Amino acid sequence: MNDAHDDHDHNHNHDHGDGHHPEAPNAVEARALALESLLLEKGVLTSEEIDRVVSYYEHDTGPMIGAQVVARAWTDPDYRRRLLEDAPGALKELGFENAARTELVVLENRPGVHNMVVCTLCSCYPWAVLGLPPTWYKSAPYRSRAVSEPRKVLSEFGCELPEDVKVNVWDSSSDLRYMVLPERPAGTDGWSEQQLTALVTRDSMIGVARPQVPTSSPA
Amino acid sequence: MTDRMKDREIADLDGAAALPRRNGELVFQAPWEGRAFGMAVVLNEKGEYPWDDFRASLIGAIRTGGPEYYENWLNALQSLLERTGLVTADEVALRASEYQALQRDPVF
Repeated sequence: MNDAHDDHDHNHNHDHGDGHHPEAPNAVEARALALESLLLEKGVLTSEEIDRVVSYYEHDTGPMIGAQVVARAWTDPDYRRRLLEDAPGALKELGFENAARTELVVLENRPGVHNMVVCTLCSCYPWAVLGLPPTWYKSAPYRSRAVSEPRKVLSEFGCELPEDVKVNVWDSSSDLRYMVLPERPAGTDGWSEQQLTALVTRDSMIGVARPQVPTSSPA
Repeated sequence: MTDRMKDREIADLDGAAALPRRNGELVFQAPWEGRAFGMAVVLNEKGEYPWDDFRASLIGAIRTGGPEYYENWLNALQSLLERTGLVTADEVALRASEYQALQRDPVF
C-alpha cells in the first residue's frame, strides 16, 4: 500500500469552500489519472468499460458466489438437494446467471466422506463460483500429489482427517468443473445465512480445508 | 459478459506476477489500483495488444520495480502504451503533473 494512502484521513486542512480537491494525488495515483484521462480523450476506452471490468472482478466472480450457495444449502435442505442434483439450476435460482452457464457439479462432504478437487492435466477450475484459482492449484506438485497422496496433501493444508474418512479426489476437465459443499461446522446452530457465508473459504470449496468456527465468535 | 477466456489469461499470471488476492478475491487497496487493472484488461479486450504482451511487460516491470504490485502494473501498462503509440511519455508526465497540482478534475 502506498504511504500516501495510509494517511488518507489525515488533517483535512483544505479550505472547504473549494470543495472538489481535498488533497493532491500522489505521483502514482496522478499517473493513473493521467493515463485514464488521456485514453478517454483519445476515445480508446470509456470510464464505464473500466467500471464494468473492475466490478466484474470485484463482485461477480470469486468465492463469495460459492460461499453464498454453500450457506444457502446449509440452511435449506430442499435447496441443498437441488444444488446437488442440478448445480447450474440452483445457481440460477440465486440470481447467478453468469455462473449458471458453467457445467458444474457440486460434491457433498458428509460424515465419513471428504471430497477434494484437482485438475491433473492443466488448471480447470470453477472460475464462475470460486474466482481466480490460487497459484498452488496450478502447480505440478498439487496436480500429481492430490491423486497419489491426497491425505498427505490435505494434512499439509492443515486438514487432518480421521483414518475412517474416505477421501474422494475429483479430476476437473474443461467440460466439467467441481465444487465441494463442505460440512456445516458444529456450533453454528441458529446462525444467519450471512454469518455462515463468512465461514466458507475458497479452500474449503476446493476441498483442501474445512470451514472453521472462530473460537471467539458467538455460538 | 463472456469472460471465461479472460479469467483464464489473467489467472495465468503467476509467481511474482500473480494478482494480489484475499481468500481468492482480487484486492485493490485504492481506487487507482482497480482503474489500472481495468484499463489493462479493457485495452486488451479491444485488441490494442495481446495479453501476452502485457504479461511480458508486467514481468519486466516487476523485475526492475519495487514491492508495490499495482505500481509495477501501472508502469507495465504505461510502457506498453508508449510502445504501441497510444500515449507518449511526455503527455503522461505533463498530465500527471497537472493532477498533482490540482489543476484537473479527477476522472475517478
